[in-house]
Amino acid sequence: MTELHHQTLAELAAGLRARRFSSVELARHFLARIERSNPELNALVTVTADQALAAAARADERIASGSAGPLTGLPIVHKDIFCTDGVLTTCGSRMLSNFVAPYDATVVERLSQAGVITLGKANMDEFAMGSSNETSWYGPVKNPWDLKKVPGGSSGGSAAAVAARIAPAATGTDTGGSIRQPAALTSLTGIKPTYGRVSRYGMIAFASSLDQAGTLTLTAEDSAMLLGAMAGFDPRDSTSVDAPVPDYVATLDQPLAGLRIGLLKEFFEKGLDEANGKLVRDALKVFEAMGAKLVEVSLPNLPLSVPTYYVVAPAECSSNLSRFDGVRFGYRCENPVNLIDLYKRSRGEGFGAEVKRRIMTGTYVLSAGYYDAYYLQAQKIRRLIADDFEAAFKEVDVLMGPTSPTTAFDIGAKVDDPITMYLNDIYTIGANLAGLPAMSIPCGFLGGLPVGLQVIGPHFAEGKLLNVAHRYQQETQWHKEIPANYK
Amino acid sequence: MSLTRKDVENIAHLARLAITEDEMPVYVNNLSKIVSFVDELNTADTAAIEPMAHPLKGQVQRLRPDEIADRDQHEKYQRNAARVEAGLYLVPKVIE
Amino acid sequence: MPFETVIGLEIHAQLATKTKIFSTASTAFGAAPNSQANLVDLGYPGVLPVLNLEAVRMAAKFGLAIGATVSQRSVFARKNYFYPDLPKGYQISQYEKPIVEKGRMDILLEDGSVKTIGITRAHLEEDAGKSLHEDFQGSSGIDLNRAGTPLLEIVSEPDMRSAKEAIAYLKKIHTLVRYLEICDGNMQEGSFRCDANVSVRPVGQEKFGTRCEIKNLNSFRFIEKAINYEVARQIEEIEAGRKIVQETRLYDPDKGETRALRSKEEANDYRYFPDPDLLPVVIETAFIDTVRGTLPELPDQKAARYAEKFGLSAYDASVLTASREMADFYEAVLKELGGNEKLAANWVMGELSGALNKDSVEVTESRVNANRLAGLLKRIVDETISGKIAKEVFEQMWSEGADADAIIEAKGLKQITDTSAIEKVIDDIMAANPKQLADYRSGKDKLFGFFVGQVMKSTGGKANPGQVNDLLKAKLAG
Repeated sequence: MTELHHQTLAELAAGLRARRFSSVELARHFLARIERSNPELNALVTVTADQALAAAARADERIASGSAGPLTGLPIVHKDIFCTDGVLTTCGSRMLSNFVAPYDATVVERLSQAGVITLGKANMDEFAMGSSNETSWYGPVKNPWDLKKVPGGSSGGSAAAVAARIAPAATGTDTGGSIRQPAALTSLTGIKPTYGRVSRYGMIAFASSLDQAGTLTLTAEDSAMLLGAMAGFDPRDSTSVDAPVPDYVATLDQPLAGLRIGLLKEFFEKGLDEANGKLVRDALKVFEAMGAKLVEVSLPNLPLSVPTYYVVAPAECSSNLSRFDGVRFGYRCENPVNLIDLYKRSRGEGFGAEVKRRIMTGTYVLSAGYYDAYYLQAQKIRRLIADDFEAAFKEVDVLMGPTSPTTAFDIGAKVDDPITMYLNDIYTIGANLAGLPAMSIPCGFLGGLPVGLQVIGPHFAEGKLLNVAHRYQQETQWHKEIPANYK
Repeated sequence: MSLTRKDVENIAHLARLAITEDEMPVYVNNLSKIVSFVDELNTADTAAIEPMAHPLKGQVQRLRPDEIADRDQHEKYQRNAARVEAGLYLVPKVIE
Repeated sequence: MPFETVIGLEIHAQLATKTKIFSTASTAFGAAPNSQANLVDLGYPGVLPVLNLEAVRMAAKFGLAIGATVSQRSVFARKNYFYPDLPKGYQISQYEKPIVEKGRMDILLEDGSVKTIGITRAHLEEDAGKSLHEDFQGSSGIDLNRAGTPLLEIVSEPDMRSAKEAIAYLKKIHTLVRYLEICDGNMQEGSFRCDANVSVRPVGQEKFGTRCEIKNLNSFRFIEKAINYEVARQIEEIEAGRKIVQETRLYDPDKGETRALRSKEEANDYRYFPDPDLLPVVIETAFIDTVRGTLPELPDQKAARYAEKFGLSAYDASVLTASREMADFYEAVLKELGGNEKLAANWVMGELSGALNKDSVEVTESRVNANRLAGLLKRIVDETISGKIAKEVFEQMWSEGADADAIIEAKGLKQITDTSAIEKVIDDIMAANPKQLADYRSGKDKLFGFFVGQVMKSTGGKANPGQVNDLLKAKLAG
């Protein structure tokens, strides 16, 4: 039998159904791997071994009684941004280092109901603000491909856990690339669905109009399985879209002949490492061989996406994070002398530097005298960018380009320079601003480090993206590579 | 555009963030760089453009029926609070 | 130098929904602390607001009732500031695009003329919780039960020129929201609150003076006192050569003064922006039409009908329509009585209101219900008893809870209308008072009253006064 941790979710699901192993055995296997490797990776903040084994035992009963669903008994980890009832939910912050959520996020609830087992909670950039997983109060996460490198962020713990095969899949969230960029840097398949496709209820907000939950998995097929269970209308989220969820697995194999792929001119021009670009072009040739047509398209306003994002996201975050005041939950400073001292020190001590930077940026761009020049202007440019995408999707079915301008960089290399760090998101932010579904899939290695191919689709085209990714993965082996120390 | 120390102090106060003496020059520098960076936005002509607050077009607010669906769970909810007495959250005295 | 007062009011009316504006927790008043604050009300990490349909319906109802535009598209924004009773660090409110715009309300001035007060806007927002300042070892306690209760903030134009006008406007709005059944109007419980923007300017000056906002006004009496105090203070300041500082002032009902808030937020900067958790509220024409169909007869329409159809004075009509319950009572009396609108109006505003006030009960709890009052008035109309006797009967009805006929019967209060019986009494009195009779006949007309008094005394007040008058005149004349 193939090692359990070498199998995809789909393979594990088949193994469970065929009774080749039990859910409890599966959970134990991954818990053992976590115990061995998590100390060096720092991928998980909390391991919920007891609950996982209890849930696995229940899953085995369901399997035995014939009442199991396709996901019953499969273990995963949740990014620690999702509230989990009765379990520490830190959001990577000192502010929530003592916070036990009293309820489950919709994503957690739906996956639990589908029989999915939670192994633990994944480390992340503090409040999902970062592109390297270095802003976590719980310390940086290491990239399993090279422990000196970052795994990307903000879903860095989720990415490192799956890449190191200490969990077969993970949830993540993506506000400006936080699923796709770590997926690219760790050779995983990551999908950020259309805004509104997956409920945001119980997902601790960073920037409400950009945040969207998704998955990090070994294959597109695994993403399709998990996303199908996570997605769908939730009356508790006003921005959740009331539309049926297609069967993403059923359409994975559709042929790609005649697929029109748009190559984003702007993506290949600015800041892209040449070798990185070559790998992306090689990937495009694979699609051509399958009968797809390449069309160059231009999104003239796309170069403004990074500054637009770094106004909109901080503005929303500055307000979203005001609830952390040391009164009802979260970190409270010692012996406040008065109310203002309680607020200022609880927040000053509870938040890390990057979070404070963004709160202050957001406060500034919303403040009297600057609102029009920054916030309102950014919202207008956001529309221009969204309109550019809409126009492009009249010509092509999907857009492709690189996910990240570089491969994984050294821990500590960019931490003192926010602008350089922000430019990591240059290719991913557009999809968030326009609310589009987007994926990153492995497309090669440079100097032993993974490179990702990004695929962006029109609204609600998750099925098409997964189909495109799946067909590519039938033709290539990149997604099967495992970091040497975690085989 | 560059921010002064005073600017940053005002922002930090509005945002209720204590910034230490050591950190202050770093924030003045970082925030100035960030603001200069986003100043690029003002190169775009957006005269006739409607600002976009939500990424999906045509979505409107859903209205919920007026039905009570909660029971008292304050003890559970207050387990995360640092100071509680007689069911109330405690804060340093509020002076009006 | 004579000054003119300029007043604008911001009224916060709690909407009478069962649940909060953005959460499914109950809005009931008086529950144990924080027992009605759910995760959304507490601003817990990860939770999201979903708008209550009933709050939107009530706001639309109000908009239609004041002749305003009910916006087909309105937007919720966040007003950002830190305060312990504001759990999220922002209040969800409406800023640039409120749900109701440009309405008006007519008020009746003391001289009988009508003045129109402009209503700039009314918008939906969430209420804050409460800070309790009793001492918890130097701390304040926070109760968030009220947090998230829907509020309709009704903002007037600065159209009022005296505290009296302000009160008249406020009472009209208070009456209206209760007619519409969108707010219980309970000022003690804070369901209906008011902030007043007050300024003064020299008569003839066009530019407004610097205004102060007075908060914490929770009774009509306090509002009037607070405004009058504030006007006097501002005039005194200006006359002393000092400038008025724009500030928020708190009314202290114990001292009868306003004072500047100590914890003034240095340069409020609320950083309003559209709430990304909520989408634009779009109201279809069909929805507005449905709401319009649920509007009751409004107080002003009712008052106009009373004046026109019943011939009541504008003042009487406004008193009777000042609350929906009072008007309902009045109309129930009319229905039973079948006409005699003026008589009924006088009784409802006179004896009935007097008794209600004396015992501090609401008209809905009246010890004499509409049917019984009508029963009494019928006996006046058919001349079974006089108006004077009716007042005695009413007192007994109030204290004993019986109906009019039973009391009239039991006490033998039936009016004497038998001409021969009254003539017999008059004859006896003339015989017993020869001197007064002679004086009267020699020209002392004033003695007529003496004879009326004697007849009434002798009949225990039961003789029909009109008949007594007529018969006496004839007999005395000889």
